[in-house]
Amino acid sequence: MSTAVADPAIRDWRQLLVDRPAVALTGVLLLLYVITGLFAPGMFTPNGVRSTLLLACPLAILAASQTLCMLTGGIDLSTVMTANFAAYVAANQSGQGPVVALGLALCVGLAVGLVNGIGVGVFKVNPLIMTLGMASVLLGVVTVGLVGDGFLSGSTRLLPVLRTVASGTLFGPVPNNVVVWALVGAGLIFGLSRTGLGRAIYAVGDNPIACRLAGVRIWQVLLAVYVLSALLASLGGLLFSGISGSVGPDQTNAYLLPSVAAAVIGGTSILGGVGGYTGTILGALILTVLNRLLLTLDTTEAFRQILYGLIVLALAWVYVRLTGQRGS
Amino acid sequence: MTQPLLQTTAVAKTFGPVVALRAVDLSVAPGEVHALLGANGAGKSTLVKILTGVLRNDSGTVAVNGEPVVLHSPTEARARGLAPVYQDPALIRDLTVAQNLRLTGVDPGDVHRELAAMDLDGLDLDEQVRDVPLPFLRMLDLARALVFDPQLLILDEITAALPPDLSERVFAIMTRWKQRDRSVLFISHRLAEVREHCDMCTVLRDGRNVASFHPGQEGGESQIVAAMLGEASAGVRDVARERRAARERDEEEAPRLVVRDLLINRQDAGVSFEVRAGEVLGLAALEGQGQDRLFEILSGNVRAAGGEILVDGQPVAARHPYDAIRRGVVLVPSNRLMALLPQRPIRENIAVPLFNRLRRWGPINAGRERRQVAEAVTRLSIDTRAAAQARRLSGGNQQKLTIGRWLAAGFRTLLLFDPTRGIDVGTKHQIYDLIRELADGGAAIVMFTSELREIGLVCDRAAVLHNGAIVAELPPTASETDLLTAAHGLEVTAV
Repeated sequence: MSTAVADPAIRDWRQLLVDRPAVALTGVLLLLYVITGLFAPGMFTPNGVRSTLLLACPLAILAASQTLCMLTGGIDLSTVMTANFAAYVAANQSGQGPVVALGLALCVGLAVGLVNGIGVGVFKVNPLIMTLGMASVLLGVVTVGLVGDGFLSGSTRLLPVLRTVASGTLFGPVPNNVVVWALVGAGLIFGLSRTGLGRAIYAVGDNPIACRLAGVRIWQVLLAVYVLSALLASLGGLLFSGISGSVGPDQTNAYLLPSVAAAVIGGTSILGGVGGYTGTILGALILTVLNRLLLTLDTTEAFRQILYGLIVLALAWVYVRLTGQRGS
Repeated sequence: MTQPLLQTTAVAKTFGPVVALRAVDLSVAPGEVHALLGANGAGKSTLVKILTGVLRNDSGTVAVNGEPVVLHSPTEARARGLAPVYQDPALIRDLTVAQNLRLTGVDPGDVHRELAAMDLDGLDLDEQVRDVPLPFLRMLDLARALVFDPQLLILDEITAALPPDLSERVFAIMTRWKQRDRSVLFISHRLAEVREHCDMCTVLRDGRNVASFHPGQEGGESQIVAAMLGEASAGVRDVARERRAARERDEEEAPRLVVRDLLINRQDAGVSFEVRAGEVLGLAALEGQGQDRLFEILSGNVRAAGGEILVDGQPVAARHPYDAIRRGVVLVPSNRLMALLPQRPIRENIAVPLFNRLRRWGPINAGRERRQVAEAVTRLSIDTRAAAQARRLSGGNQQKLTIGRWLAAGFRTLLLFDPTRGIDVGTKHQIYDLIRELADGGAAIVMFTSELREIGLVCDRAAVLHNGAIVAELPPTASETDLLTAAHGLEVTAV
């Protein structure tokens, strides 16, 4: 009897989760935050909130570039190498003043994005292959630049402006970093839902054939997406170098798979056409808090990795069960 | 009477809600060339797939030499002596012919012997499949089937794209099989071939066998056509006809779309026709006459092998659908999966073409977009209850979306490819009305339809496509019999 009454209610609840995945994700985030807080009471202080936001920030920005690529049915495996390279260039050129140094760092992103975009959009190279190849090329370029009198040798003094952005706070526990993130996030959320390019991105990911027949030149959309993705990656690299206080040729590498995971947990389909940046923000926060939770456990790094992987899988499984979404 | 080689009893098959076969009784005697006939969608292909182990029937029985069999796979069907030659040979293009043959466990030497028996030993088996012309691939597929020395050879429209000399060789094989007291199941839209080479024919309509007789007998051809069309051929002719009569045609006006000697395939004779503003041209054709590609060429999706397309007197050489759309030529494709964004809402589905230009990539004017979309939704009476994802809509509503998209974006020439395929009767009539309304509003419309009745219902003129060429232009009052006759490439006498 009771099930017959409860059935439609459950269905409504599920429908709500399908239509508004952000609600479920916020719930998961809050729950996880409270649990973590039980083990690490510092989480409930302004400083705890601040450090969580600060740590989530580069991940969320790198995950933004994954979100864009994934919405078109692609992926960007070169994000972290682009981030590393851009941060390194900015530090190396910091003697020339912040405008030139930051400009050059963004030019790195622009160049990488153009090549990826032309490869994927015009020459129809599989995005996985294209960006994997690009990551490998970038690693080589950075290595060559660092050897002997290479173009990246010499000073690696961090730009003061990056330090300020990372360490300062605008108000309360909100770091300046997060202000940058908020601007990027607002731009992406607006851009994806309320601009022609945003519509085209979803459309290309959902059905490229239909787009072509509707006159959409898919290569233009893909080019724009991969350029934006690489620019976001450069930005993520710069912010990370501010937080870490130094640059290194592989310093953001550990973010590659989490950046994909944040987008996936946030409800963006890896096959394209569904998702958005709101979910990715929550996904990045969830992963950051999860990391913090695991750090409170007195165990080895290897065991933490195992737990992290299992919890991410469990989250994804619950999400799919709840919303009835499938990969295909 | 001798035992039939193949006998099916009440074979039925459904795909979800779609009934492909209701109940088919087919009996093929040994030493018989038996034709399987039917209009598009009558169930021929489904039946062939069941006989060759590709599909399983839901109910009914298949018996070979009197023994009931259940065919789980093509290999099993072959072991029972049933070997098919399909319309499109399934070969891997990047491998050589011989490699392909070995993949399927066939000795290239045997195939070569069979080809030599057909005087086709010029075919080099070490050539890559992509370099071999399609007609030869069909012959190759035939040779491969012959290697198995089947009891029943199933030829699915093998002659549809064969030049006459190769067709003759196929007929020679058929005769040889007959002399050996084996049988052939022959599927073809060419009634002349059926008359000449078949001993028996079975006509399918709506998933049932409706008639079996000797096609060569007096009046056999008209009997076939009548059986294919059935009672429905009496036809409903109404609204559109009256409107058409009321419309004054301005013959002085220059045609909107002119197609001259357009080559769908390089070896074709070429397609030529004209459409004026306010006119609906109906295109009738049997399956595989090049209509799909013709529409893709007109919409800019693929390029023609030759010939000319003029829009408003200006030649168009579209490299992308965008170029055609800029000239006002838009396509509603047959397959809705080609046109829909299944996971996106109705609004975004309708609005896609609005963002196909770089300068429309900026912020959306939400009010204007809502107005344009609402207008299309109202005009087409699209049911918006499942608005969040287009894939949840019914087939009819999905089709309305793909038309509504162009109402919102604007167009001058509309290409409709079988716009009512798989749609319920009520929605069909809404779409007919809409087509007439658009034409009256000044659009030029080219509509291909596999339902010949629709030519009489909505079109101003009918053109018949056969083998990559327009073989006849008929008034919309032409009977379905005439249309079908012309579509088979035969002379229409009573116009």
